[in-house]
Amino acid sequence: MISLQKISKFFNKGKPTEVIALNDISLQINKGEFVVIVGANGSGKTTLLNIIEGSQLPTTGTIRINDQDVTSLPEYKRSRWVARVFQDPHNGTAPDLSILDNFRLAALRTQGKNLVIGINEAFKKKVQAKIAELGMGLENKIGQAMGNLSGGQRQALTLLMSAMDHTDILLLDEPTAALDPKSALVVMNLANKLNRELGITTILITHNLKDSLAYGNRLIHMREGKIARDLNSKEKTGLLLPEIYQWFE
Amino acid sequence: MSQFYLTALQLSICLGPMALGIFITMKIFNIPDITTDGSYTLGAVVTAVLLTNHWSPLVVFPVCMLSGAIAGVCTGLIHTKLKIDALLAGILVMTGLYSVNLIILGRSNVPLINMHTLFSGFSFFHTELYNELSVALVIIIILIFLLRYLLLTDFGIAMRATGNNPVMTKSMGINNDAIKIIGLAIANALTALSGFLVAQYQSFADINMGIGIVITGLGAVLIADALIIWMNITRIGLQLLLVLAGSLIFQLVLAFTLAMGIDPNFLKLVTAVFVLLIVALPRMSQQLRGSISNNGKT
Repeated sequence: MISLQKISKFFNKGKPTEVIALNDISLQINKGEFVVIVGANGSGKTTLLNIIEGSQLPTTGTIRINDQDVTSLPEYKRSRWVARVFQDPHNGTAPDLSILDNFRLAALRTQGKNLVIGINEAFKKKVQAKIAELGMGLENKIGQAMGNLSGGQRQALTLLMSAMDHTDILLLDEPTAALDPKSALVVMNLANKLNRELGITTILITHNLKDSLAYGNRLIHMREGKIARDLNSKEKTGLLLPEIYQWFE
Repeated sequence: MSQFYLTALQLSICLGPMALGIFITMKIFNIPDITTDGSYTLGAVVTAVLLTNHWSPLVVFPVCMLSGAIAGVCTGLIHTKLKIDALLAGILVMTGLYSVNLIILGRSNVPLINMHTLFSGFSFFHTELYNELSVALVIIIILIFLLRYLLLTDFGIAMRATGNNPVMTKSMGINNDAIKIIGLAIANALTALSGFLVAQYQSFADINMGIGIVITGLGAVLIADALIIWMNITRIGLQLLLVLAGSLIFQLVLAFTLAMGIDPNFLKLVTAVFVLLIVALPRMSQQLRGSISNNGKT
């Protein structure tokens, strides 16, 4: 599904300010897995996600998605497999466009954007039905600008948008970091649902260690650009919170 | 006197496509495109040369727009592929276009008196100005209709989103660079169309006619933007109509200034001050309201 072979990422290579964000990482993630990644700030978690998404290219190594070498493919071309929910709720949507326009773009993520008006009554009803599942009462506000919504509402809609078109991989980069507990729960439950019901391979970065135990069937601990621990579902089951805290000491 | 204001109306409609082009670059793509000065003159220059060579105005029309589109593509390529700031890219193309325009025109000024133009091809009214006005009006209405359709299509949504959140659009499978180049091409094609219309309306093309024209378009868009915010307009068709209204208000203010007997040498200065007021007044009013409410709290 996702295969990273000997991936390294250097910033400012050869300069006194050189930073090794990822150091010779190899990782296999199977279809349908829900992988949770934890680690201290600067351990390379977000860089790893950026490299899978294509917003950053690795210094060395190869990336394969569905057995296809995508190492040099730009982000917009990888979007045919990969959807992402950013840490900042503002990054995932276009604030001046309506909710409906945002969902239209999401519905065409893997397709061409043609010179046809694709927003019709059938599409509106489809979007309303999807949004109603959230229980946030936004289904009757689809004409409103996305920027009028709260961070939690935007993040939940961004996640919902990721499932509007075919998605193989869902990248969640601290999606609840800026949300209140109630909104965070809505977002995490939705992510879990998408993984279970649609079989979308999910990678979640989180600093919330309770979430790291509550969600996912694989737990990876990153430290200084390397994978320090990689626990499968069985190994993760008996894990307690204090033990994870010790990893950070 | 009414003739005086009708002339301003006619000029505002002829400059309408340019204002719509600036609306696309500035409000949709968030790009300050200075190519306008060059592509406006390019449209006029191509029109003058082809009309004096007895080309049909209906054929010159698309050729002009194509020439403007090529100028826009040049700016787009410099900006996206060479990663040069859009403002500088526009300045570079505008500067280069001055020589290109001079080479095409062959001299600094070409008159189009007694030439067969787009305006002279139709005679709906006995008065020449009414004829010109109606032809220009039909063109701008068709243009607004087409632009409205474009911006409502899936491609149009992608265009609007690219200017609004380029981080998001990349993850939505949109090639931001390609869409910016296409946007700049469309905007400069519209600007060249204004050059095409104004050259025929004024019956001449001049190498310097584009100098500072971007401010005229910018003023129209800023007026439209103020009206859009004030009236909370979200419908794209109405926003485009307000850009045309902005162009009209701008020209009427300039006409009124001249009617007051101000020396025409001051016209560019008046234009600059007017645009400055459009930009500064809403901000000053906001600051004033902020300071009043702060004083109220303390």
